[in-house]
Amino acid sequence: MAQFTLNINGSSHTVEADPSTPLLWVLRDHLNLVGTKYGCGIAQCGSCTVHLGDVATRSCMLPVASVGNQEVTTIEGLSEAGDHPVQEAWLEEDVPQCGYCQAGQIMTAAALLKQNPNPSDAEIEMAMNGNICRCGTYVRIKKAIRRAADANA
Amino acid sequence: MTLVKTQYNRRSFLKVSTAAGGGMLIGFNWLMSCTRSDEKPAVAIPNEWFEINGYIKIGDTGMVTLYNPNPEIGQNVMTSMPMIVAEELDVPWDHVIVEQGMLDSDAFKNPQFAGGSLSIMLGWEPLRMAGATGKRMLLEAAAKEWGVSVSDLTASQGIIKETQGTRQIGYGEIASKAVGMEIPEEVALKDPKDFTLIGTPQKNVVGTEIVTGKPLFGLDYQREGMKLAMIVQPPAFGLTPTGFNRDEILAMAGVQDAFMIDTGLESELFGNVNAFPKCIALVGDTTWELMQAKKAVRATYETTGALEDSSMHDRRLQEALAAGEPRDTRRDGDPEAAFAGASKIIERTYTSPFQAHNTLEPMNFFAHVTEGQAELFGPTQTPNALRDLAALLLEMDKEQISVGMTRMGGGFGRRLYTHFGLRAAAISKQAGVPIKLIYTREDDMTNGVYRPAYRSTYKAGLDADNNLVAFSVRGTGLPEGAIFPNRFPAGAVDHYLAENIMSETNISTGAWRAPRSHFTAGAEQSFLDEVAEAAGKDPIDFRLELLSRAASDRVGEQFEYDAERYAGVLKLVREKSGWGTQTPGIYRGVAAYFCHNSYVAEVFDLAMEDGQPKVKKVWCAVDCGIVINPEGAVNMIQGGVVDGIGHAMYSELTFENGAPQQQNFDRYQLIRHLQAPEAIEVFFVESDVAPTGLGEPGLPPAVGAMASALYKATGNRVYHVPFATDKPPLVG
Repeated sequence: MAQFTLNINGSSHTVEADPSTPLLWVLRDHLNLVGTKYGCGIAQCGSCTVHLGDVATRSCMLPVASVGNQEVTTIEGLSEAGDHPVQEAWLEEDVPQCGYCQAGQIMTAAALLKQNPNPSDAEIEMAMNGNICRCGTYVRIKKAIRRAADANA
Repeated sequence: MTLVKTQYNRRSFLKVSTAAGGGMLIGFNWLMSCTRSDEKPAVAIPNEWFEINGYIKIGDTGMVTLYNPNPEIGQNVMTSMPMIVAEELDVPWDHVIVEQGMLDSDAFKNPQFAGGSLSIMLGWEPLRMAGATGKRMLLEAAAKEWGVSVSDLTASQGIIKETQGTRQIGYGEIASKAVGMEIPEEVALKDPKDFTLIGTPQKNVVGTEIVTGKPLFGLDYQREGMKLAMIVQPPAFGLTPTGFNRDEILAMAGVQDAFMIDTGLESELFGNVNAFPKCIALVGDTTWELMQAKKAVRATYETTGALEDSSMHDRRLQEALAAGEPRDTRRDGDPEAAFAGASKIIERTYTSPFQAHNTLEPMNFFAHVTEGQAELFGPTQTPNALRDLAALLLEMDKEQISVGMTRMGGGFGRRLYTHFGLRAAAISKQAGVPIKLIYTREDDMTNGVYRPAYRSTYKAGLDADNNLVAFSVRGTGLPEGAIFPNRFPAGAVDHYLAENIMSETNISTGAWRAPRSHFTAGAEQSFLDEVAEAAGKDPIDFRLELLSRAASDRVGEQFEYDAERYAGVLKLVREKSGWGTQTPGIYRGVAAYFCHNSYVAEVFDLAMEDGQPKVKKVWCAVDCGIVINPEGAVNMIQGGVVDGIGHAMYSELTFENGAPQQQNFDRYQLIRHLQAPEAIEVFFVESDVAPTGLGEPGLPPAVGAMASALYKATGNRVYHVPFATDKPPLVG
C-alpha cells in the first residue's frame, strides 16, 4: 500500500492503493467514478479510456504509480454540464444502444478532435479502431464525430 | 377504436401501489427524463404523486412517471415501452419521466423478460391497456367531479375537456381523485391511424445519463456495506474443483473470505446452466486485490467429464450429419425421386464454430441474502427465472426473493441464463454480507453459454428449364441442428426435405442473438444465391419466383412465414438499393430472412480495399409491423447488420482439452470500426399490423448478404464461419 495524490477532473484526490493498481480500479473502487468502464483489462476494448493530459489512454493497464501529477480527465469531467460538443453530437445522433462502451468511445473521440479538429473518415476510423462497440453503433459513432467536428469548424 | 377487456382486478392494482414505490432506491438514480437535462422541463416537479396503476404515476403538476417493465439490454425498451403507454394515456412525451420497474407480476401485466425479440410484441396490448385504463379512470374522475357523463368529455395530451362546454382540467389536477376510481372492465384503444407519439422518432431517454457516465449498469451498482466478490472457475469443461490453498488466499491483502460454492440445481426451469456448478469464491474490498488473489489460487480438480477439443467437435458433427437419426423432419412430395430426375444438382455444406456472447459489460450481480429474504439486483434478461431458481437454491419461497434490474451492458442472450445471479446469491449467503459478484473478461469468455457449433448440408435440384424442383437441408449442431423445417423455402418447392439431427457436447450452449437463424440465414441464403446463379437467374427474381409460388399455390400444410410480406421486403430493398445497376469496383450481395416474426432484406455494396473487403453501404428493408420508435428501430437494425458481419467474418471460439483457447479480445476477434460498413440505410414497410421483433431479425440476413457480396468480389464462395479465415473444418 502506498499513498497517491492524483489530479482528476480538476481536483486533487488522495488514495491508498497498491502501486500496481490500474488507474481504472482506483477510479471505480476508490473514488466512485464509475463512468469509466471495465471491459477487458488488457487494453483491447477501449471501454476504460480516459485522458492523460490531452491523450486518450487505456486506464485498465496504467498503474496508479505511473500517473504522477499528470491531469486525468474522465467522462465525468469531460464537461461540467454534459455539453461537450462530442457529448452533444452523441445525443443528436442518438448513438447508444446498451451504452456501456460509449464513455470510452466519447473520450477517444474527444481526444481525436482536440488533436485533429477536422479528421477525414479514414482518420476517424483509424483513431477509433481500438474502441469496441459490441452493439455495433459504429456508423452512428462516426456520424456523431463528423457532426462534432463540423460544429467546431 | 378497439374495445379490450382489461382483465385487471382491484386487488392487483391496490397491491401495485405499494410495490411500485418499493422499487425506488436511494443513491441509485433510476430517474430518466424524456426531456434533456439541459432543457427546461415542460412541467414543474410535483409535490405529490398518485399511482394510477403499476405502469403509471401522475404528479399533481401533470408530470407523469412511466415504469419500464422489462429488462433494458440496449434494445431501447426504456424508451419504446413507455411510449406505448404514453400514447394511450394520451400525455405529451415531454411531460413523461421514465423509471425502471422491479420484477413485479402484480404491477406489470406483460411478461418481464428480454428475449426472443418479444418485449414489444408481447407488451403491445398490455401496455396499451395500461395507458387506456389510466386515461379512462382520469376521465371518470373528471366526470364525477363535474357531475357529467364520461361521454361528455374528451381527453388528449394530458388535458380533459368538455365536448359541449368550456371546462377543462389537467391530468395532474384530477389524478388524486382517479386513484380511488373503479377499474374499468373494458377500455377503448386508439385506432393506429390516430397515433401521435407511436411512429415518431424519439431519442433514447437514458441518452444524457449514458454520455455523461452516470452509474447505470450492474457493474456500477453499490450498496452500503457491500463487499466485492470474484470467482475462480475450472479452466476446462469437464473439470470440477475439489479444493484450493485457502489459507494462503485468506492471508492476502484485501481478501476477507474464500470458500467453495455449489450452485448446481436439478431443475428443468429455463435459465439453469450446470456446466460449472462448483467454483471458488473470493470476497474482499477492491477488484484489483481480488484479481491478484484469483491469480494466486492453486486449486485441485477432478475430471468429471470429457475434455473436448475442436477437432473432436468437427468429427462429431460430420458423423452426426452422415449417419444421425433425424429428430424433426419435414417431407413434401418425393425428394429422393425428384433429385434422381433433376438435370442439375448443387450440394454444399456450411459450418460455424462455437461463439461467445461477449457482452461488453461482463457478468455481475448484487446479492444480499439474509435469514428470511434475498435481494438480487443486476443485469438479467430473465428476472423471473432468476427468482425461481434462486428460490430453489436458497430454499426460500419466491415471495422472499426480490429481483431488481439494472441497465445491461449488452445481453445477446447471455443474460437469459441465471448462474451468475445464483453464484452471487450463494456467495452472499455463505459470506453473510451483501456482495457484488464481478466476472473478469476471462471468466466471462471461458464460462459462457455459447452459441452452438453447426453443420448443415443443403442440396438443390434444378430441372432442364432451371426450375427448382427439389430442395433438402440436413443439419446438426452441438447440441442441436439449426433447422427450421417450416420456414422458407418450405412451401415453395414440390419436393422438400428438412432433417434436424442432435449431437452431443458438454460445452454449455444456449441462445445467442437470433438463435439458429444467424447460422441458417447465412447458409441458406448464400446457398440460394449459388442456386440462382446456377439457374442463370437474378438472385432477387429467383427468390420472388419461389415466394410467388408459396403465396399462390403453396406446398404442404405448415408455414411459419407470410410469403407476401417476405416478398415485400425484397421488393422494397430492390427499389431502394437500385438493384441491377452496376458501379465499377462495387460488388453486390443480397439476402432476406424471416425470424422473430419479422421480415428483413438486405443489400450489401462491397469493395476490395488493400486486399480487404470493405462494406461501403447497406440497404435494409424491414417489415416488423407498426414501428414504435423509428429512431431506436433504425439503430437496432444497424446494430444487427454490424453484429452479423462481425460474427460471420471474424469470431471463433475453439477448444483444446476442454479449455476455450480464446479468453479475451486479444485472441477473440470482434468487429471494429475499420471493419464496419460506412453507411447503413434502413427502410420500414408501412404497416398497421401489431408490432413484432426488432432486436434479432436484422442480424441473420447480413451473414448471407456478406457471403454473396464476398463471392462477387473475390470469385470464391465462403462456406465456413468465420469467413475471413474461411477454411474447411479441421477434419475431412
